[in-house]
Amino acid sequence: MLKNGRQTSPGSVTENAPQTFTGNRALMLDEPLIFEIAGPKTTGVDLMDVPQVETRLGGLERNREIGLPGLAEPEVVRHYTRLSRMNYAIDMGIFPLGSCTMKHNPRLNEKLARLPGFADIHPLQPAQSVQGALELIDELATWLKKLCGMPEVSMSPKAGAHGELCGMLAIRAAHEARGEARKVVLVPESAHGTNPATAAFCGYEVDAIPATPEGRVDLAALKAKLGPDVAGVMITNPNTCGLFEPELAEISEAVHQAGGYVYCDGANFNAIVGKVRPGDLGIDAMHINLHKTFSTPHGGGGPGSGPVVFSEALAPYAPLPFVRKAGDMLELVEEEQARTGSHSDSFGRMVAFHGQMGMFVRALSYMKSHGADGLRQVAEDAVLNANYILRRLEGELTAPFAASGPCMHEALFSDEWLEDTGITTLDLAKAMIDEGYHPMTMYFPLVVHGAMLIEPTETESKAGLDRFIETILALAGAAKAGDVERFKEAPFYAPLRRLDETAAARKPILTWTEPDLAEAAE
Amino acid sequence: MSVYYTEDHEWVSVEGDTGIVGITDYAQKQLGDVVFVELPDVGKVLDQGAEAAVVESVKAASEVYAPVSGEVMEANEALQDDPAIVNASPEENGWFVKLSLSDKSQLDELMDQAAYKAFVKTL
Repeated sequence: MLKNGRQTSPGSVTENAPQTFTGNRALMLDEPLIFEIAGPKTTGVDLMDVPQVETRLGGLERNREIGLPGLAEPEVVRHYTRLSRMNYAIDMGIFPLGSCTMKHNPRLNEKLARLPGFADIHPLQPAQSVQGALELIDELATWLKKLCGMPEVSMSPKAGAHGELCGMLAIRAAHEARGEARKVVLVPESAHGTNPATAAFCGYEVDAIPATPEGRVDLAALKAKLGPDVAGVMITNPNTCGLFEPELAEISEAVHQAGGYVYCDGANFNAIVGKVRPGDLGIDAMHINLHKTFSTPHGGGGPGSGPVVFSEALAPYAPLPFVRKAGDMLELVEEEQARTGSHSDSFGRMVAFHGQMGMFVRALSYMKSHGADGLRQVAEDAVLNANYILRRLEGELTAPFAASGPCMHEALFSDEWLEDTGITTLDLAKAMIDEGYHPMTMYFPLVVHGAMLIEPTETESKAGLDRFIETILALAGAAKAGDVERFKEAPFYAPLRRLDETAAARKPILTWTEPDLAEAAE
Repeated sequence: MSVYYTEDHEWVSVEGDTGIVGITDYAQKQLGDVVFVELPDVGKVLDQGAEAAVVESVKAASEVYAPVSGEVMEANEALQDDPAIVNASPEENGWFVKLSLSDKSQLDELMDQAAYKAFVKTL
């Protein structure tokens, strides 16, 4: 109860509450498709009548309506605002999924990204008119190189998997430059799922390295697979079991001795930034998800950014473009004629322009507002939070690697504790939705049965973590007490219940067709 | 009619030169709720160990491999509309394909029911 007498908990639904005439429930509104709201005569802008003119398109002119919905501006704003209210986002609560937009996006980043000198420029502007933007890219590149202890960085990749592709293309270019056509890339079971996909996309055969019972890369198994046909390994560190790979330096040495290169999936760099320099572990290429480690907003389709750092050995093969000092000015080197010095054997370019400018501004804002010591604390707090969750839940849930020591940024549980309850990981995730939480990552990594992977990040306070933990403990208690109904039918309170996600992915309906009015009338 | 099993948890029930292929009850339990099944076209020739179908559950997508070589005579279209049949009746109504076997000697490499049961116990 607040001091003015208002209840602090939501009102309960009484059993005999009337059905509303609209189907809406107070602020929970049912939302039709935008096409269903649209009217044929409605438009957001008044356009002048276009005079009839003779076309010279030779019969190629459009002969029917273009089929876009017609709405007034407030209708459009309301439609998308209503839809957004059904969504769960980091701005509403903890996002334990550990994916793209999982940590707070500081509003300072947004303020700086909106400065007209960054927001209102165009990639085709002359370089001398965008010196500030180029300087920002260069400064961000310097920070990334310093934090990673590596001499080169390519800023252009647009997201994590794109960065993986960038790194693997550089590795392939390096082998080709030596006249070697190596065919195999080794990928541990504890790597991100995109790693084998990237290797295959680059034309390599993928060979899996098993995990040890402690959830780490099996070094002996890896060494046994190294040979003249192995182009390199792709290792995620910290890995998807939420564990640091302490033998990575030794792995790198073995791979280098066999003539291969080490790609590191740096998506989890947020756990070690400021604590470990990947370059010191012998890594040759690593992508950094600016949207994960450095808080730029992503997820739900927003722009990502995945710069790739390179070792001395791979630096000559880094892609174009890159920012270079030319006298007092900075220039964006985009053409192949620039293949001198640092990018002498560049494998080419991956994007039309230079990368995600808006994300660069946000990432540098995050770095400079935290400072180097602040970034180190980001990693420390993220790891502390994950370990707090691991230790508070390991008694009730099953934590297969709890004995492997502290976890890094993620706490991993299996579904062993649910055995014989009739409740699955999926059911638990759905019940979390009813409790107002976004579910954690489930059924991944595959090395753990019915995996539940929780990544709290440094964003959450202890009080917030406690509320989350109490909820999980309450659900665990209900599951063990045999309250199966609560889980099997969940979510009860979401705007939509259990959706056929597979059918949506396998047989997506992407076009709207006007309902047949005659058929509808029948 | 005799039924043979693979280490990848497929079964094939053989009568004459025809083999009906599906996944075992153990496989079904491991997968969890099956939500999608992709079947091969009739007439497709499958080598032993080739991908015969894809089964997708709430947890993962997995391949169903042909336990023996043969030509697809029929695919169980009922699974397209109701993939949950695989969970409800994995070793009867939830069959995937009917093959015309091209090399029955391959059956010798497979396990019989007793051997498969013993194999599952080791997992």
